[in-house]
Amino acid sequence: MLLSCFDTRLESLPAPLPIRHGLVDAEGWRNAAEAVRAGGARLVSLWATDRRPLGEAYVVNAAYAIPEGLVWIGLPLADEDEAYPDLTAHFPTAGRMQRAVRDLLGLHAAGARDQRPWLRHGTWPPDFFPLRHDAEPSSRFPEFGGESYAFVPVDGEGVHEIPVGPVHAGIIEPGHFRFSTVGEKVLRLEERLGYVHKGIEKRFESLAPAEAHRLAGRVSGDSTVAYAWAYCMALESAADLQIPQRAAALRAMMLERERVANHLGDLGALGNDAAFAFGLAQFSRLKEDWLRASSAAFGHRFMMDRVVPGGVACDVDTAALTAMIDHCKALGAEVEGLRKVYDGHAGLQDRFLTTGRVTPELATRLGLCGLAGRASGQPADLRCDHPTPPYDALAVQRAVRRNGDVAARVNVRFDELAESLRLIATLCARLPEGAIATPLTRVPAAARGAGWVEAWRGQIFVGLELDADGAIRRCHCHDPSWHNWPLLEYAVIGNIVPDFPLINKSFNLSYSGQDL
Amino acid sequence: MFSILQRIAKVGNVTEPAPDAGDEPQQQAQTIQREILDILGQALAIRAVDAGSCNGCELEIHALNNPYYNLEGLGMKFVASPRHADMLLVTGPVTRNMEIALVRTFEAVPAPKLVVAVGDCAACGGIFGESYASRGAVSNVIPVDVVVPGCPPPPLEILRGILSAVQRARGLR
Repeated sequence: MLLSCFDTRLESLPAPLPIRHGLVDAEGWRNAAEAVRAGGARLVSLWATDRRPLGEAYVVNAAYAIPEGLVWIGLPLADEDEAYPDLTAHFPTAGRMQRAVRDLLGLHAAGARDQRPWLRHGTWPPDFFPLRHDAEPSSRFPEFGGESYAFVPVDGEGVHEIPVGPVHAGIIEPGHFRFSTVGEKVLRLEERLGYVHKGIEKRFESLAPAEAHRLAGRVSGDSTVAYAWAYCMALESAADLQIPQRAAALRAMMLERERVANHLGDLGALGNDAAFAFGLAQFSRLKEDWLRASSAAFGHRFMMDRVVPGGVACDVDTAALTAMIDHCKALGAEVEGLRKVYDGHAGLQDRFLTTGRVTPELATRLGLCGLAGRASGQPADLRCDHPTPPYDALAVQRAVRRNGDVAARVNVRFDELAESLRLIATLCARLPEGAIATPLTRVPAAARGAGWVEAWRGQIFVGLELDADGAIRRCHCHDPSWHNWPLLEYAVIGNIVPDFPLINKSFNLSYSGQDL
Repeated sequence: MFSILQRIAKVGNVTEPAPDAGDEPQQQAQTIQREILDILGQALAIRAVDAGSCNGCELEIHALNNPYYNLEGLGMKFVASPRHADMLLVTGPVTRNMEIALVRTFEAVPAPKLVVAVGDCAACGGIFGESYASRGAVSNVIPVDVVVPGCPPPPLEILRGILSAVQRARGLR
């Protein structure tokens, strides 16, 4: 029972998942981290809020996933000079989140080793903290053009650096990778992200809570359904609003469609990165069919803005449900055939097997999560661990592998794709009757809500805090990529530089989702 | 190997006709290829730059390479360096952190240096707008020839935007 290790009163938030909130002091903050670590549970997110407009103080927050659910603890700080205890000794992936807290709110983790900025690239002044409530939304700093970054140097005979990015050779998001190599072997990779930081969290403050799901749906475009759902769940939990069963089923249908679309795209791209163009041609054709079907059923290829506070924005009729069931069956057969081709292709398997390995031990120690985590023996999947309607009636099969290489991440995708097709067909066959939304009649004041959704990449968390007048004080969107980017640095060690695109694609992490 | 060939034969060619670009009626691949050759004297080389997008527009740009739209069949391809490019396809509100990279990429592109701004954010900043971290529209940072609105614009709209930028280049010559 890890719940008892939080030495504070935890209050349950009215969310569909078991989510609790409580305040701790510095001692409680440290004890919680230690107990969660010792209990083998995970840090989900770390962020901070300026609650001074609510007559309180700065609060640094941590969300932990424990067997009993999610626990959100807040540590109030008297002022910006009071540091909070560093969590990196227990959770190494907290490091970048703490650096982001420093950049956005000017709060410090006491004794944290890495003090370099993370999201602030020198394009705004070091004493401007955008998420403080008194930071003017109209502030502009054209005279700040950026500053250089202290990459960790690697010395030795024959060692050289390969800088890559932020503009990459392919059609992907921007980020910088600094490789230190000997010949073609990678000794070390250091990532520098933050290039697509566009001030999303500050932007939330100026949106009405009932409208902000549109912004949440654009935190990471490939996970738009998941983010919109997590945001709506947070708002609905703050408002103690129940959504109709039909709305929950339609949300799950769209979430699984999003998973299928992304897995189809990745399976094709992974074939292509191993020079198997046939795979890209076939899977990109199937993905296009799938996106067109999403557009036919829900009116948008990626189903943006279809999840809204209180439910969903569009219904599907019987003909669309029948078409979806048929499509799932046909696609399942095609993918099964392609899986045999992938499995039987010696050249492809040679590239996939043992490439970019993260062992289960390392994954546990450093907190690898989501799809990549499941390929390295980390079984967490919210749809199985805390099934809420409609997942509670679907008995979702989790896909877990232990090899932790590119091949394992490919196999998890194949397994999950087949399972998602089964889920969609089942949801179509059993869609409950009734309304598709409960109207959000009242935006709560000075309330708090949380959303937690198993997106295709991993768990997305949204922590929402509302002001006394019902405006958004803070909306923190957390992408699982925060935890997995650091593990990519480990996965490439000892591999050859030309395998990096393949390894990177097998993780397919979000830049926009972590840069915010 | 046999199963691969069998599947290729079974699926066949799924490529669809290209869209019209403005006043022109729907065009055949050969017409577009000829037009690109007339105007540029070579295949159109495109460099995609994400200057701050949510990644939604990238998904649709990717789709242009799928067999339905078959961009390469029309005589266009995505290239890995701006120095090889005739055109930049820019997405996103331009973040402050990407501003310098975008300007340097633009400077590296040789003439005719066409720029197509893809998506609502590239057009006007979109939902992100302008802020301490965002410059908003691409045209606030580099000159833009054609804007393709949409969130994200579907592949055919992006293709239409690319074609109209190429036709504009004829006017510029």
